[in-house]
Amino acid sequence: MRLKAKLSWLPTPFRSLLLFVVWLLLNNSISVGHLILATILAILIPLLTFRFREPQPLILKPGLALRHFLLVLYDIVTANVQVAILILGSSKKLRPAFVKVPLDLSHEMPITILASTVSLTPGTVSAEIYPIPESITEDDKEPQKYLLIHVLDLEDEEALIKMIKQRYEAPLKEIFQC
Amino acid sequence: MLDLSLLDTVILIVFSMIGIALLLNLWRLIIGPSVPDRILALDTMYINTIALIILYGIQMDTALYFEAALLIAMLGFVSTVAVCKYLLRGDIIE
Amino acid sequence: MIFEWFVSVLLLIGGAFILIGSIGLNKMPDFFMRLHGPTKATTLGMAAVLIAAMVYFSFTQNGISVKEILISVFLLITAPISGYMLIKAAIHHKLEAKKGTKGLDNIEDD
Repeated sequence: MRLKAKLSWLPTPFRSLLLFVVWLLLNNSISVGHLILATILAILIPLLTFRFREPQPLILKPGLALRHFLLVLYDIVTANVQVAILILGSSKKLRPAFVKVPLDLSHEMPITILASTVSLTPGTVSAEIYPIPESITEDDKEPQKYLLIHVLDLEDEEALIKMIKQRYEAPLKEIFQC
Repeated sequence: MLDLSLLDTVILIVFSMIGIALLLNLWRLIIGPSVPDRILALDTMYINTIALIILYGIQMDTALYFEAALLIAMLGFVSTVAVCKYLLRGDIIE
Repeated sequence: MIFEWFVSVLLLIGGAFILIGSIGLNKMPDFFMRLHGPTKATTLGMAAVLIAAMVYFSFTQNGISVKEILISVFLLITAPISGYMLIKAAIHHKLEAKKGTKGLDNIEDD
């Protein structure tokens, strides 16, 4: 895990890349003027704003991140078709449940990404992270974190927890190296 | 008999689909029963409106409505989060 | 025209998913189950409609048009967050889940 970037004038390389691409998309052009403006914005905005945030782990394996992103996209499409079938079917047959998934990740950014992927994929919505930050006492610095999720149709709790941990959490640990 | 191309027919069908979806959301907005239900219905209406505007842009063959759609998307998200925050804490900016 | 067929199919898929999301919003018995429709089905439906718009404008106007991707990405990022805020508000207000929901004791008081 690495919190600080190599270049001090580029504290968050991927956020800069995102800003660059978003500016070009917003103007729908790749003329020289917009390229220069996008570069200036992509360098200036992170420099001005990164002090407001807590330092988050950087992406250390970009190739793996891209592969994980494509896998999640594929999962979103298949899971949405499943959810659509569940919605159109009889709602009496559904077995809703709350499930607590223990987390190995500890930083906010990876947990946010995990919670969002869980929300968008297989019939689950993430509801809460335990323990709630306000209730953590000073002497207990690193408590075990849990993700509370709501499942639309639960078949096997163990299998679901194992699936989330293997399919979505393990690649994130690899990408951020934490 | 109206002389419509394939795309025009499809756009009319999708218009009515989204219209029905909006009516369903409106029904949920009216009957509730709880406040989070109503916020959820309103949020879904925002998203459906974006679809409606994009579709209208296709029908009119102009890309002008893109900015309007983007603005509605942003306002919808911010208002949903603000109202949820208000429900959670009784205050929006602490 | 092949692109007309492509746009039509994408629009129909998008419309169908948006409609399914709203049906889910209406027929599910409790709030937590209602949340699943709009957060998932509607997001995919929007993505399909926006890709259709992208293809259409790329073919009809000069130059390709990619800015519709921006709205799709924005919705993809914000949908889980508004869902999370809503379910947090619902838990805070202690909304009743449907009878037979398993694991209710997993919810802690805040």
